[in-house]
Amino acid sequence: MSNKIDEAQARQVAKLSRLDLTDDEIKRFSGDLSSILEYIEKLDELNTDSVEPLAHCLPVHNVFRADVPKESLTAEQAVANAPERYDNYFKVPKVLDDNSGA
Amino acid sequence: MSELEYKVIVGLEIHVQLATRTKMFCSCGLGFGGEANTRVCPVCIGMPGVLPVMNKQAFEYSVLAALALNCNIPSFTKWDRKSYYYPDLPKNYQISQYDLPMSEHGYIEIPLEDGTTKKIRILRAHLEEDAGKNTHTFGNFSAIDLNRTGTPLLEIVTEPDLSSGAEVKALAVELQRIVRYLGVSHGDMQKGHMRFEPNINLEIIKEGKAYRTPITEVKNLNSFRALEGSVKYETVRQLDEFMETGVTFGMGNKRTFGWDDVNECTVLQREKEEAHDYRYFPDPDLVPVEMNDEWLAEIKGQLCELPIQKQQRFVDEYKLSEYDAAVLTGDRATAEFFDGAVKLGADAKRVCNILTQTGLKMANEKGCSAAELGVSVENLATLAKMVDAGDINANAATKIFEEMTASDKGPAVLAGKLNLVQKSDAGEIEGFVDEVLGANAEAVAEAKSGSKKSKKAMGFLMGQVMQKSKGQANPQVVSQLLNKKLGESE
Ligand SMILES: [Zn+2]
Repeated sequence: MSNKIDEAQARQVAKLSRLDLTDDEIKRFSGDLSSILEYIEKLDELNTDSVEPLAHCLPVHNVFRADVPKESLTAEQAVANAPERYDNYFKVPKVLDDNSGA
Repeated sequence: MSELEYKVIVGLEIHVQLATRTKMFCSCGLGFGGEANTRVCPVCIGMPGVLPVMNKQAFEYSVLAALALNCNIPSFTKWDRKSYYYPDLPKNYQISQYDLPMSEHGYIEIPLEDGTTKKIRILRAHLEEDAGKNTHTFGNFSAIDLNRTGTPLLEIVTEPDLSSGAEVKALAVELQRIVRYLGVSHGDMQKGHMRFEPNINLEIIKEGKAYRTPITEVKNLNSFRALEGSVKYETVRQLDEFMETGVTFGMGNKRTFGWDDVNECTVLQREKEEAHDYRYFPDPDLVPVEMNDEWLAEIKGQLCELPIQKQQRFVDEYKLSEYDAAVLTGDRATAEFFDGAVKLGADAKRVCNILTQTGLKMANEKGCSAAELGVSVENLATLAKMVDAGDINANAATKIFEEMTASDKGPAVLAGKLNLVQKSDAGEIEGFVDEVLGANAEAVAEAKSGSKKSKKAMGFLMGQVMQKSKGQANPQVVSQLLNKKLGESE
């Protein structure tokens, strides 16, 4: 069986997910991911010509809340579960590429 | 350097922070500065198992802004996850809009230096959430403050229709006026309420052939000066680079630059090894939004005359100069204050003078708009009419305007109280003129002589009459009477 996801792709997916995988794991996951994709491909057998694309699985729309502030956490609570903290900040390894997408 | 013919091509990506009270998907308040991580909750910290719920006001503000930008508002829009791992975005994805944005295909009309306007097409405008803030200066680590995380942003993407630094700046200023007029954003550049990312390149004509230079994206500009400066700097840099290397636009040679505010130049940022793979997909936590005619009409009802339309009307109808019209339409309250007084029958130029010479100066000192100084539109109109009727002079108008900001009395009462009422009654003034002419035979002779001295003598006589009237005579009436009398007795 030829893998739909080869090892290079598995490495790329792992990298995007910030997962550090061993060579053995890469081998295993490229196989697992391939068989998952093959399984999902069964859906292609369905004729969807007259089916509208679905943006959400619930038949619900326009769920809003009012623009009214509520109490937030305290800084103490906010960082309580952080692996590391500095003062009231979350402490993380130095970020070099200071360029988030927002 | 040989002279090359070239065209500058700029498109903008703009993030506008909306003026809501709370964040986009949780009820944490918005603010600026303050203690780190004190405006956060499980939703905006990205705890597992939480459910984001859309802020209705943020959505309506976005629709209102999009309508002012002449965009279509589709009847259906949805939310997507844009995946990336970065510590200021703890969910590891940003909630944004991908293929079905809440608005698209509009334009913004910007004023050009020659008095005409230009339409810049808008590709789309969509809603998304802001990320938090990283600080790298505490040591060999980064410190994350998530207070800003989840702040609602309207991202506006223009077509590359801008062709100079001046046009880019004009668009930024115009957009700031629009969002402030509508009240959808405070538009405070210093607080990062408006962030700009220009995409800049050139079309160069060399030996009859057109070449495009590689596109430069300049990140995160939050001042008009940096915005205009980056375009000017890139124009020169790209021209130089093209002449040196001949490099042209191609796949994968778009580069990301930052702006060095001190040295006023763009700086190449570390180039990414591979393009981002954002793996957009519909957010299962958030249901779509459907717009109907009724709701849309309700939001449309909140639109107002746009600043550039007001400015044009002040020039066309009120015959103001472009400059004065631009100054008065800088903020909506001032524009409406001015317009209101003119609609009450005051002369536009007169009201304009009172506001530009006195009102705006005071407003500037107090850090408010001229409309918020405590002077009613009725009193402003009356004051202008009093000047035109000759009841007071322009200097008195300034004093009375200043006085009105601290008083509930009208201009007529204050003019009386401050002894600023001008005497225009010819009968009374004639008495002063006769007295002065009788007592200053020498000056009268000089005034009549037509010699070099006559002008000076005339001024002296004028001053004497003004003195006798305790400064309250209308100088125009005095001058007329003096001329008449000196002419008669010849
Ligand atoms: Zn929150």
